[in-house]
Amino acid sequence: MINAFYQVMRRELLTAFRRIADVFNPLWFFIIVITLFPLGVGPEPQLLLRIAPGIIWVAALLASLLSLERLFKDDFSDGGLEQLMLSPYPLSLLVTAKIIAHWLLTGLPIILISPLIAVLLSLDFNTYWAVLFTLLIGTPILSFIGAIGVALTVGLRKGGVILSLIMLPLCIPVLIFSTMAIDAANFGQSYIGALAIMGAMLVTAITLAPFAVAASLRVSVS
Amino acid sequence: MLEAKSLSCVREDRLLFEGLSLKVKPGQIIQVEGPNGVGKTSLFRLLVGLMTPYHGQVLWQGVPISDDRETYQQNLLYLGHQSGVKPELSALENLRFYQKMFEPSYQGDLYSVLAQVGLAGLEDMPAAQLSAGQQRRVALARLWISTAPLWILDEPFTAIDKNGVKVLEQLFVKHAQDQGMILLTTHQDLNLPVADFSKLAMIKPSLEDMYVGVGAD
Amino acid sequence: MWKWLHPYAKAQTSYELAGKLIPWFTIVCCISFAVGLVWGLAFAPADYQQGDSFRIIYIHVPAAILSMGAYTSMAVAAFIGLVWQIRLSDMAVAAMAPVGAVFTFIALFTGAAWGKPMWGAWWVWDARLTSELILLFLYLGVIALYNAFSDKVLAGRAAGILTLVGVINIPIIHYSVEWWNTLHQGASITKFDKPSIALSMLWPLLIMLLAFATFFGALMLMRFRNEILQRESHRPWVKALVMGGK
Repeated sequence: MINAFYQVMRRELLTAFRRIADVFNPLWFFIIVITLFPLGVGPEPQLLLRIAPGIIWVAALLASLLSLERLFKDDFSDGGLEQLMLSPYPLSLLVTAKIIAHWLLTGLPIILISPLIAVLLSLDFNTYWAVLFTLLIGTPILSFIGAIGVALTVGLRKGGVILSLIMLPLCIPVLIFSTMAIDAANFGQSYIGALAIMGAMLVTAITLAPFAVAASLRVSVS
Repeated sequence: MLEAKSLSCVREDRLLFEGLSLKVKPGQIIQVEGPNGVGKTSLFRLLVGLMTPYHGQVLWQGVPISDDRETYQQNLLYLGHQSGVKPELSALENLRFYQKMFEPSYQGDLYSVLAQVGLAGLEDMPAAQLSAGQQRRVALARLWISTAPLWILDEPFTAIDKNGVKVLEQLFVKHAQDQGMILLTTHQDLNLPVADFSKLAMIKPSLEDMYVGVGAD
Repeated sequence: MWKWLHPYAKAQTSYELAGKLIPWFTIVCCISFAVGLVWGLAFAPADYQQGDSFRIIYIHVPAAILSMGAYTSMAVAAFIGLVWQIRLSDMAVAAMAPVGAVFTFIALFTGAAWGKPMWGAWWVWDARLTSELILLFLYLGVIALYNAFSDKVLAGRAAGILTLVGVINIPIIHYSVEWWNTLHQGASITKFDKPSIALSMLWPLLIMLLAFATFFGALMLMRFRNEILQRESHRPWVKALVMGGK
């Protein structure tokens, strides 16, 4: 069973590395969206610092939405998804492997370039740590919740808009708690509480989302 | 033994077929025939459990497949219209993935399997660069390593040349002799010198049947 | 076990049962609406702080309660549909969603209208109003997903899964919004912080709640019947029904 998990993840990463350009696209999107805000509201560091948490997280939310759309799309159209469903292993386990691989390819790069964001939005060191921690806990939650939406809409011709319609409201708690944590860090307060709640949400998402994803895929494939 | 009991299939509020029953016994090859749109693919997807029947049930060794998915899927190999071959990966990588997922105890040499389906020398080429027929052969190579008794193949000969069809026919005969079961659709005339080869013809219901549903209640 | 029990007759029985229930719901709804509205708007005493403008609670509160109640019943139906694979249950989800969405909209609209005299603005990011707004988004998501599938049996199952995911999220959303609200606005005035409500105001409110609940029931049953007819249109009994001109 662990072998199946590993095989799916390995294939997922291998396919992505063969088409490495696709991995970078959401990343450029993330950086461009963040650049738009200073251009839109003005470059005063005070103002940027005040709205930085919101900018970062709205951009992260949109970027993950954009990249998630491809999570099951290729597998759906080339028949690989059917084969995964007919394999002798639980589908929820295999989709977990896919989601984790997906996060490694989309969530992790955002975390890796986060120092750049700190520079762009003139964050201080303490605030940057909060940004880093919230991204580290928050982006996997987005991947797991988003996977449900993708699984439900993968068979639809115009699934993209519906995907954002059904996924964004479900992500509001992540947005609220992560911006709250960054805000707290901004004012020099402790933000452990918000992080702990996000951790709890992550655990819940990891335990429950794969089953919802598996059930949704069975609907989409039939 | 695979058994389907009075299956009904409804797609988009339209009745495709109703009250369809069939049995596949070891050693049997059944070719499902019928015009386009009669519901052959839907029937196969019901039989493998990708779709749930509107009415009726599918049994594997007497147990409903929805009750014991895992046992059923260990004994099943299904190839649909789309063959599940990743264009980014090479022929060998594609085959190896399916071998590790479906036949983890297989010990043989995957290169020789690929040579048998006529892909010698192309093992490490990305599947995207292979022709449609060659991609299909990558998927069909799974049949050579399969230990599953039940094969359900939807149009396995699509894009396969005459010689390839002949090789496949031999494989089917061998599988049937080993007490395997095969259900397949194809528009080709099969030449299978095997005792237990039968055809199942699906006919389009008349308009009346489709909307009134004769035979229920 | 009862999954295989009369699979064909079940839709018909439900259809007929729903048909028998609708008049009762309608009667109770009309009476309680008339009594509740007249009592609440004309006879109940005015609030000592808000004057007559508080009377909008006779619409707002029942609509808000029903908007959440409808989502909960959708989730229950979706759960039954998913676990026991009962198609009728998924149809019930589809039948309830638009009605629930309209109740949510009414709650939002009356909430905003009430906010004007209370806060001097049509929209305030109050925790309850914000939660209600997000609830509306969840409803719209379910409806959009249902409409996006061309095969309505699958559409019902997909909508059911989304409803269940939403119902797990609702408490989390509710508390996060509440926390967000206290952090950003300090202690804001919530509309329901009065420890108790006078009995003379409570009675008409309860009657209005009954009116809204039966209204919801009647609408839902009508939509449910339509849904059954559409999904079962290939079955003989529907054909007979249509031919019989009933």
